[in-house]
Amino acid sequence: MKSPEPPSYNKAEKSVFPYLFSFFFLIALADSWRRAEVNPLLLLEVEGRRNLWKFVSAMFPPELSSEFLALMLRPVLETIQISIMGILIAILIGFPLGILGTRTYSVGGVLNEANTLGSPARRLWGYFTYSSARAVLSFFRSIPEFVWAFMFVRAVGLGPFSGVLAIGVAYGGMLGKVYSEIFEAVNERPLEALQSTGANKLQIFFYGWLPQVIPNFVSYTLYRWECAVRASAVLGLVGAGGLGQQIEISMRMFNFHEILTLLGILFTMVAVVDTISAKVRAIL
Amino acid sequence: MNGNPPERKVAAMPWPAHQAPGRSNLGNYAVVGILLALFVWSYRGSEIRLTELFSREGGSQILAYAKRLFPPDLSPNVIQEAVRGTFETFAISFMGTLLAAAIAFLVVFFASRNLIYSGLLYDMEPKRGWYRALRLVPYLLSKGLLNFLRTVPEMLWALIFVFIVGLGPFAGVLALGAHTGGVLGKLFGEVLEDVDPQPVESLQSTGANKLQILFYGIVPQVLPQFISYTLYRWEVNIRVAAVLGFVGAGGLGQRIYVAISLFFENQLLTFLIFIYVLVTVVDYLSAYLRRRMI
Repeated sequence: MKSPEPPSYNKAEKSVFPYLFSFFFLIALADSWRRAEVNPLLLLEVEGRRNLWKFVSAMFPPELSSEFLALMLRPVLETIQISIMGILIAILIGFPLGILGTRTYSVGGVLNEANTLGSPARRLWGYFTYSSARAVLSFFRSIPEFVWAFMFVRAVGLGPFSGVLAIGVAYGGMLGKVYSEIFEAVNERPLEALQSTGANKLQIFFYGWLPQVIPNFVSYTLYRWECAVRASAVLGLVGAGGLGQQIEISMRMFNFHEILTLLGILFTMVAVVDTISAKVRAIL
Repeated sequence: MNGNPPERKVAAMPWPAHQAPGRSNLGNYAVVGILLALFVWSYRGSEIRLTELFSREGGSQILAYAKRLFPPDLSPNVIQEAVRGTFETFAISFMGTLLAAAIAFLVVFFASRNLIYSGLLYDMEPKRGWYRALRLVPYLLSKGLLNFLRTVPEMLWALIFVFIVGLGPFAGVLALGAHTGGVLGKLFGEVLEDVDPQPVESLQSTGANKLQILFYGIVPQVLPQFISYTLYRWEVNIRVAAVLGFVGAGGLGQRIYVAISLFFENQLLTFLIFIYVLVTVVDYLSAYLRRRMI
């Protein structure tokens, strides 16, 4: 065994990376500054100041009449319902695609050793399913849920249903990716043991794979559910139901005191959901 | 490969017992019951029409919409618009994330309990209640500010800033900066709370003042994680920046909003392709930077 070389600080200093990085960083900064039309003075100008003041002063006092609060109950519940149904659809999309997108399931790994040695056709088929599942997942999650929501509003009409579909598709992509990462990290020995008893792939999956990953699986899904609640609370801005629709209405009507109340409601709702999800995760 | 790998010999780790640790049947039924009830409740409330979705009419509606997307509109002026939108989106996410990092970095040191309020740094201080109470003020203020920034979603910040500074990408930058500033503040705060106290203590014993301790004992420890979190949020923000335009805050979102509203589905597909490419490129860039810098 050779003793490891002492780290050379000199070498690090000679790297061109810092210079290149600073160079590109500065270019990006200058270009972005121009393109994003950054103009801090806008905040200080009379116009901006007046708008800011108008906004803040109109927010107080928050609208706390009981009719308004009672009216808001329904959107809050609807938001939660959208998030639950959305996550369910996301699981339905992400789970099968996640399995197919698992490298150790579709290509390579213990399960496919025989294939790798044997027929190239099966190997190719494995690669095909693997890469197409991955591609679909990455497409689903690259398009933001807002765009999905707006497209679904066009396709199936206004209302919470399009919100559900949007969350389902966008979060299906995220869940599928993470599921496949979880599946790839399992202990392979039980799988091999099952294979040697002659179990087929699906049986191996359900008896060897799934029991190992369930805790991770559930806790990640719960975490995504928290995100889905936040997302479905604002999806209404494009007409997909829930609390967002109310926010949009109040904003368009310049009823800023309602906005403050809605923010309070949103904050409470998210806090409650986070607590529930943390409790459930602690039990697991 | 038939040879036994060496690790097989030390199979000391016991397999989990066959009887699962007893959770009562009743509890299991209750969990299933609650989940079912939740499902039914959400199914009703969210006006889902799954039958319609899989029926001929509903399914064909979506299919018809998807068909209208093709082929993507690749005429030069659309491409030009898409490229401009892509760069604008990039610019919004870049400036927004920088602003957020700046906000979080300025505020977080006041919002972490072990730096501003109690703990090692204040061990030697004479016990004076009011002095401590005085320090509680910036602590609570900054903590509250971060919480507030984080609670308001980006889209709502965008609506607010569009109202204040007018339509355009600058409102998007401010919106991203505000929300992400709150998020990064929380993440940075968690890093600060895990800081290794030893360098801090040894600096303190040399007589360094608080500011010196901050810059020589704490910042070097936390900077890699700060950068890592900032890069991670940048990846998130590029997706957000792509939709901020829905409320008038510039970028690709504005083009997408127009394309969807006016039924220019072919243009929409072009923009979607550009989003896909942009998001993928930024993910790779961020992963590369993380590898190189940390």
